Amino acid sequence: MNNLNLILPEIFISLSVMFLLILGVFKKNSSQLTFNLSLVTILVAIILTVNETFSVNRIMLFNDSVVIDRMATLMKIITLIGGFLVLGISSNYLKTFKIFKIEYPILILSSVLGMMIMISSNDLMVFYMGLELQSLALYVLATFNRDQSKSSEAGLKYFVLSALSSGLLLYGCSLIYGFSGSTNFDVIANQLTSNEYALTFGIVFILVGLAFKISAVPFHMWAPDVYEGSPTTVTLFFTMVPKIAALTVFIRFLYVPFLNLIDQWQMIIVFLSIASMIFGAIAAIGQTNIKRLVAYSSIGHIGYTLAGLATGSNDGIQSSIIYISIYVVMNLALFSCLLMLKRNDQYYEDIDDLSGLSKNHPLLSLSLLIILFSLAGIPPLAGFFAKFYVFKAVIEQSMYFLAIVGLLSTVIAAFYYLRIIKIIYFDKEKEKYDSDHGLWLKFSLTFSTILILLYFIFPSQLIEVVSRISII
Amino acid sequence: MNFPILSSLILLPIIGALFLFFTRNKDGNNLTAKYVALFTTIVNFLISIYLWISFDQTTSSFQFVEERIWIKDFINYKVGVDGISILFILLTTFITPLCIVSVNNTVKNRLRDFLIAILIMESFMIGVFCALDLVVFYLFFEAGLIPMFLIIGIWGGPKRVYSAFKFFLYTLLGSVLMLVAIISIYWISGTTDVIALYELGIDAKYQNLLWLAFFSSFAVKTPMWPVHTWLPDAHVEAPTAGSVLLAAILLKMAGYGFIRFSLGLFPVASEVFTPLVYTLSVIAIIFTSFIALMQEDMKKLIAYSSVAHMGFVTLGIFTLQQQGIEGSILQMLSHGLVSAALFLCVGVVYDRMHSRLIKSYGGIVTIIPKYSILFMLFTLAALGLPGTFGFVGEFLILMGAFKDNFLVAVIASFGVILGAAYMLWLYKRVVFGKLVNEDLKQMVDLNRSEYLILTCLAVPTLFFGFYPEPLFNTIEVSVSDLINLHNLNIASK
Repeated sequence: MNNLNLILPEIFISLSVMFLLILGVFKKNSSQLTFNLSLVTILVAIILTVNETFSVNRIMLFNDSVVIDRMATLMKIITLIGGFLVLGISSNYLKTFKIFKIEYPILILSSVLGMMIMISSNDLMVFYMGLELQSLALYVLATFNRDQSKSSEAGLKYFVLSALSSGLLLYGCSLIYGFSGSTNFDVIANQLTSNEYALTFGIVFILVGLAFKISAVPFHMWAPDVYEGSPTTVTLFFTMVPKIAALTVFIRFLYVPFLNLIDQWQMIIVFLSIASMIFGAIAAIGQTNIKRLVAYSSIGHIGYTLAGLATGSNDGIQSSIIYISIYVVMNLALFSCLLMLKRNDQYYEDIDDLSGLSKNHPLLSLSLLIILFSLAGIPPLAGFFAKFYVFKAVIEQSMYFLAIVGLLSTVIAAFYYLRIIKIIYFDKEKEKYDSDHGLWLKFSLTFSTILILLYFIFPSQLIEVVSRISII
Repeated sequence: MNFPILSSLILLPIIGALFLFFTRNKDGNNLTAKYVALFTTIVNFLISIYLWISFDQTTSSFQFVEERIWIKDFINYKVGVDGISILFILLTTFITPLCIVSVNNTVKNRLRDFLIAILIMESFMIGVFCALDLVVFYLFFEAGLIPMFLIIGIWGGPKRVYSAFKFFLYTLLGSVLMLVAIISIYWISGTTDVIALYELGIDAKYQNLLWLAFFSSFAVKTPMWPVHTWLPDAHVEAPTAGSVLLAAILLKMAGYGFIRFSLGLFPVASEVFTPLVYTLSVIAIIFTSFIALMQEDMKKLIAYSSVAHMGFVTLGIFTLQQQGIEGSILQMLSHGLVSAALFLCVGVVYDRMHSRLIKSYGGIVTIIPKYSILFMLFTLAALGLPGTFGFVGEFLILMGAFKDNFLVAVIASFGVILGAAYMLWLYKRVVFGKLVNEDLKQMVDLNRSEYLILTCLAVPTLFFGFYPEPLFNTIEVSVSDLINLHNLNIASK
C-alpha cells in the first residue's frame, strides 16, 4: 500500500463528494457554495493527477487490479478538464431553468469519479464498478430537468437501455471468468491457450455492452432521444466525457487481454466503425434539432475513433486518442455556441433558429463556421488532422477498404455540416439573440475555437504527448 | 537562410485579412477596407515580380526553398518554386488585385467580409503553387474550398446555394481519394517530400492506383468531362470576382497538379493512362464546344469554353513532349488572363442591364464603343488568333499532339474551329446586329476602374502574344528536365 499516492485524485474526489453531500443537507441555500467547491475539487484533482502520476510509466496497484500508466493519466486529465468546463458552463443554464441545485455538481463529480476508476481499471470487476458508478450518476443527470417530460423520458430510456447493456456486459464478464479463471486482464492474457472460441463469446458480449456505452451503430438507438431530451449542458457532458472513459476501457480491454485474439474481434470493430461512420453521416442529414444532429454526428465520429482501434497497432491506438481529444474540443466549442442561442430566458435548439445568424452575430457565426468545417474535416482545421492521423494508421495496416469508406462518408457528412453553414450564412436573418453571456461560456468558446483554428501551427505537441502511450 | 520570401507571399494576404477582420466597425468604412486589401495584394504582386526577376532561369532545381519541421518525424513544411510554378504564382498575384478593383461594381453588401475571403483565397492559392510536400499541398488545395464556398454562397446569384454545395461536394469527393493516395505514398516511400520522391521514384506496381487517385481529384478540379458539371453552375452563380478567381486560378491548380505530381511522381502510370486522358480531353474539347454553341447565358457559354480550353491543357500535358507541356502551361496562363477578362466583360454589361442572356443584348457597339473594342480583343484571344496570347499555347499543344498522336491532334484541331464559332457568334449577337432592346440605349461606357482592369488584362494578352520569349525562358529548363526524368524512368522500367 505504499503507492497509495497514485490514486490520491480518486480518493480526494470521493471524500469531497461525501463532504459536499453532508454540507448540502445541513446548510440551507448552499447550491452556489457546493457548486464552487466542486469546481475547486476538480481543479485540485487535476493538479494531483498531474503531480502524482504524470511521470509514472506503468505501475500496478491492489493486486494488479488497478493500473496507472501514461494512457490512464492522459485520459484522466482530459476527463477532469472536460468535467471542469462542463460544470463551469452549466451554472447559467441551470439558473435559467431554476434547477440550480446541489445535486448537479455532486452527480457530475460522482460520474467523473466513476470514469476515472474505469480508466484505471485492469480488472473486469473494477471496470464494472466504475462503469456503474458513472452510469447511475448519468441517469439522474439526464432527468435533471424533471418538470419537462422530455427530460424524464430521456432519463428513463437511458436507464432501461443502459441497464440492458450492463446486463449483457456482465454476462460477458462471467463467461470470460468461467473460461479463463480470472477477472484480471493480465492473468487472462496469460491464460489464453485453448478455449478461444468460448472466450470469443465473452468478448462479443462485452463489446456489445461497450458499443452501447459509446453509441456505436447498431447499438446507438438511445443516443438521439437522450441527447435531445436531456438538459443541454448534460448533453454536452454526454458527448464529451463518458466517451473518453469508454474508449479507454475499449482500448485496454481489446489490447491487454485479447490482443492475441485480434483475428476474432478485428472484424467486429471494423463493422462497428464502418456502420457508425455511414449511418451517422446519412441519418444526420434529415435532422432539424441541433442536439439530435449532434447525436448522429457523434455516432459518426465514434466510427472514426473505432477505425483507429481496429488497426491493432500502437499507431492506431494513438490516433484514436488524438481523435477523441480533438473531438472533445470541437464538441465543447459547438455546445458553447448552442448555449449562446438564448433570447428572453429561452434557449433555442432548432437548426432553423440559426438562420441568418451571421448578420447579427458575426463573431459567433465565424466560430460556428470554423467549428463546423473542422467537424467536417476540412483542412487546415484541427478536425482534419484528427481524421488524417486515423487514416494514416489505417492505411499503414493496408486496410484500404476501411480508409476509403471512411473518407467517402466524410463527404456525406460534409453535406449536413454545410447545410448548417448555409443556414447561418446564406439565409434570411431572424431576431437578435442576447449578447451578454457568462464568462465561462465566452472563455470556453474562445479557447476551444482558437485551439481548433491554430492547431495546424503546432501539431507536434499533442502527438508527442500521445506517442508516449504504448499499450502493446 | 535567406529571407523567407515565399512564406511571406503566403502570409501577407492573411495578415491583410486579419487586419480587415479586427478593424471592422458598425458602419463599415468600406472604402478603407478596399484600399487596405488592394494595397496588400499589390505589395504581394510586387514581391512576386521581384521573385521572378531574381529567379535563376538556367537551372531546373527548386529555388527559394524553405524547410521547417512541422510534424516531427513526419511532415516538413517545405515550399519552393521552379520555372513552372513561379508563373502561376505571378498569375495569382496579378489577378487578385484586379478582382479587388472590380468588386465595387458587383458586391453590394458585406464588402469587408468579401475582401477577407478573397485575401485568404489568395494565400491558399499561392500555397498550392509553391508547396513541395504532398501533405502541405493537400492542405492548401482543400483549404481553398472554404472561402470559395462562402464567396459563391453568400454573394452569388439566385441558385447560389445549389451551386455552392455542388462545387464543394464534387471537389471534396475527388480530393479524399487523393488523401488516401498521399498517405499510401508515405507508407510506400517513407516521405511526402516532393523533391525526395522525384529522386526515389515510386515502385511501378503501385503507380497505377495512385495515379488514378490523384487523377480523380485533378479531373474534378480541371474540370474534365464528365465531371465538369459543377463548373457552369458555380460560374453562373458566383459574383464576377468569384468567377474570375475560379476561372483564372482555381482551375489551374489541377493543371499544375497534373504536371507536378501525375507526371513527376508516376511516370509509368502516366504513360499507361495517356489514352484515357486523350479520350476525355478530346471529348471535352468537341462536346463542350457544341454545348457552348447552344448556350443562351453568356456566363455559361464562357464557362463551357473554359472546359474546352482546359481540355486542350490536359491534352498538351499528356503528349509528354516539350512543346505540348510548354504549350499547356502557356495555355493555362493565357486562359487565366482571357477568361478572367471575359467574365469581367460579362460583369460589366450585367451590372448595367442585370441580364446575362445573350438575346437581351445586340447592337451595343455604337452605344459603348470602348467596351466593344476590348471585348473584341478578348474574344479573339479566346479563340486563339495569332498575335494574341491564346494562340501561342494552343498552337504548341497541337504541335505536340501531332508528334504524338495524329488522330487525336486532328480531332482536337476541330475544337479550334468550334471555339472560333461560338466565340465569334457570341460577340456578333451581343455587340453587333440590330438594336432591338430600347433599354440598352441608356448604357454608359466603361467607367474608370473597369477600363483600368480590362486594360491591365489586355496589355499582357497582346504583349505575350507577340513576344512570349520571357515565359519560355522561365519554363524551358524545368520542362525539359521533367521530360528527361520521365524518359529516364520509362527507360529504366
